[in-house]
Amino acid sequence: MDLSSYASEGVYDELVDASGNPRAGTKLLYELLGSMPPGELGRFQKAAEAALYRMGVTFTVYGDVQGLEKILPFDIIPRVIGGNEWSMIERGLKQRILALNLFLEDIYSDQKILTDKVIPEELIFSASAYRPQLRGLKVPQGIWCHVTGSDLVRDETGEFFVLEDNLRCPSGVSYVLENRHVLKRTFGAVFETSRIRSVDDYPNRLLEALEYLAPSGIESPTVVLLTPGVYNSAYFEHSFLAQQMGVELVEASDLLVSDGRVLMRTTQGPKRVDVIYRRIDDDFLDPLVFRPDSLLGIPGIMDVYRAGRVALANAPGTGVADDKAVYAYIPKIIDYYLKESPILKNVPTWLCSDPEDRAYVLAHLPELVVKTTNESGGYGMMIGPHSTKAEQDIFRERIQKNPRNYIAQNTLSLSRSPVLVNDHLEGRHVDLRPYNLFGKEIYVMPGGLTRVALRKNSLVVNSSQGGGTKDTWVLKD
Amino acid sequence: MLSRVANSIYWMSRTLERAENVARFIDVNLNLMLDSEALDNNQWGPLVITSGDRALFEKHYGAPTKESVMRFLTFDQTNPNSILSCVFAARENARSIREIISSEMWEQANRFYMLVREAASNDTIFWNPHDFYTEVKLASHLFDGIADATLSHSEPWHFLRLGEMIERADKTSRILDVKYYFLLPTLQGVGSTIDGVQWAALLRSASSFEMYRKRHRRITPQRVANFLILDRHFPRSILFCVARAEESLRAITGTSHNFFSNQAEQRLGQLSSSLNYSKIEEIMASGLHEFLDSIQIRLNQVDDAVCETFFALPSIDSDRNERFQADQHQ
Repeated sequence: MDLSSYASEGVYDELVDASGNPRAGTKLLYELLGSMPPGELGRFQKAAEAALYRMGVTFTVYGDVQGLEKILPFDIIPRVIGGNEWSMIERGLKQRILALNLFLEDIYSDQKILTDKVIPEELIFSASAYRPQLRGLKVPQGIWCHVTGSDLVRDETGEFFVLEDNLRCPSGVSYVLENRHVLKRTFGAVFETSRIRSVDDYPNRLLEALEYLAPSGIESPTVVLLTPGVYNSAYFEHSFLAQQMGVELVEASDLLVSDGRVLMRTTQGPKRVDVIYRRIDDDFLDPLVFRPDSLLGIPGIMDVYRAGRVALANAPGTGVADDKAVYAYIPKIIDYYLKESPILKNVPTWLCSDPEDRAYVLAHLPELVVKTTNESGGYGMMIGPHSTKAEQDIFRERIQKNPRNYIAQNTLSLSRSPVLVNDHLEGRHVDLRPYNLFGKEIYVMPGGLTRVALRKNSLVVNSSQGGGTKDTWVLKD
Repeated sequence: MLSRVANSIYWMSRTLERAENVARFIDVNLNLMLDSEALDNNQWGPLVITSGDRALFEKHYGAPTKESVMRFLTFDQTNPNSILSCVFAARENARSIREIISSEMWEQANRFYMLVREAASNDTIFWNPHDFYTEVKLASHLFDGIADATLSHSEPWHFLRLGEMIERADKTSRILDVKYYFLLPTLQGVGSTIDGVQWAALLRSASSFEMYRKRHRRITPQRVANFLILDRHFPRSILFCVARAEESLRAITGTSHNFFSNQAEQRLGQLSSSLNYSKIEEIMASGLHEFLDSIQIRLNQVDDAVCETFFALPSIDSDRNERFQADQHQ
């Protein structure tokens, strides 16, 4: 395959530098791609897709009575990150997660950070994911955010920024593991020589982090994974992780509360459950606490949780730290709790609830990205440079009506990575979501999900919006 | 294991076995039509009766023809017992227990569904039906083989076998019942060519022709009935299936032979004893149809008791549940 025509075109490219030469860590991959006969990579791509489909690495397409599933679009060319750069990311994420955990602990107990006026209290109390019912709760081992998946992006200089922290049990890690599985078959030779860091022990580490939360005195705790069920788009992942960890995959109807314990219904009668890795939203955990109108969930489970007789991961209420307006304060949060300056930067953010910021945002709508503070998945946002005048007017009105609900950020020129288009390579914008576990210590998965906007020039990488994935290779030093 | 999971594995296995049997019914009828000029389109009617969906068929299709029956039994999604519906249900169940079954089993359930869905999307099977139904039978056998060779023979496997055996016993009884009912009135004397062909077809639809020949050689209605009901070694005979189902049920509960600890064991034990101590002459004398009918009723009672004993869960509004499940994200 001829790579000479592949160029960075003024954007930071993950494979080649500004003069079109491979970057330090990508040389081997570059040479391999260059040495492949025409069509070879396309065949690999097809074989990999067939394998993913057959393995059922799919997400559900809603509203299809045939139960049709799609594989998440997948690009065969890996994205490579050098060892040095990675160790900076790793330190930065650990710092951030440690600080966010202290923040959550504080917000649901003494709220010192509010008393000290580092964050305005109305910002917290108005956050839709704030759960005042949890004040005073003691969580097992003092850990709130056990599983997180931070979204990182690079700007045109190549520097990494944190875009979102995702503290509500983010999905996608199964794709990382399966993508790697497929790539090992395809690029076996590179794996032998490149010293690529392994991601395969994630399920093991996840199980350890979960077992660490078990009520004391229980020798071999029963861990379960709680899924909304087979119609959830991430169901494959729930089932995959349960299988890899060797734990039961349960639905809410499989659990009940009796005599101050959480039990699951089995063919041999009820059995005690100690730790629940829950992949359902806070609102549907316990109808007695969060949503009185809901018939779903496990009535009474929050009482058992409060009494320390069952552990939940992640803890309820972590979403408050995900609020995009709170995000803007994370550098201050790091400084407040750790007395350190952030290793990984935030993207500069304007809060529309602040009159000065708001005025700036409204005057610069065509340049900025406007986001709703409590949405994820690429919904409820407007990318200024790609928006029409009409869209800007809609957002202007929304911001003025409910400023607390909006923030704005500079439009970053995300870095690009090559994808296979027919028989040649084209650059597409990417982000990176590493997965982090907070157990006895903090573990940052070396790699993560590289999400890629498969539409040319698009900046939206979400799978619901035409995004795909790539394997991410972190090299050892 | 979780009650919900046991329920899913049981029904996954039952519906796959059902799909296989429907393929058998159709395939053998197709063969029969090629063999004999004496048979007309009426031979497609009994098929719909065998699968127990006569009323639904008549409502949608009217008179049975080769194509309408094939369509109804193979691809019709309004028919819960069509091959497509069964394989779809089995795959949905498999999907909900992927962490319990082996990944090879899931892949096969998935491939099985794709095979049928692909066939449903075009009409080529009407040109070459035999290949398709053979593939369906093979896909089911492959699933059984994979399950046997990759799933630990512990509780999930026993629920799998329990479902498979109860379904198979029911289907064998239905094949025998319907064919017998339709064949006897047209008997032109035992041993005529037509008769031989028809009984051979009956045996073939239970994949039992060769095995029967080895055991009994000459085909007589009574021997065929004896073979399909009471043979102790043929894996599709009713007695064999009931005995295996009982073994699995006892393995699940740990109850020893001749005792029972729940209603499922009691009912299955009673059915098994009455088969064990039956003679074909007595069955024939008091009416084969009545006997088979009672077998089907008793199998249904066993099924009810299995559900009650192991799977019973408070019901959830399924529509609401589906919406809820789809809403959860990050």
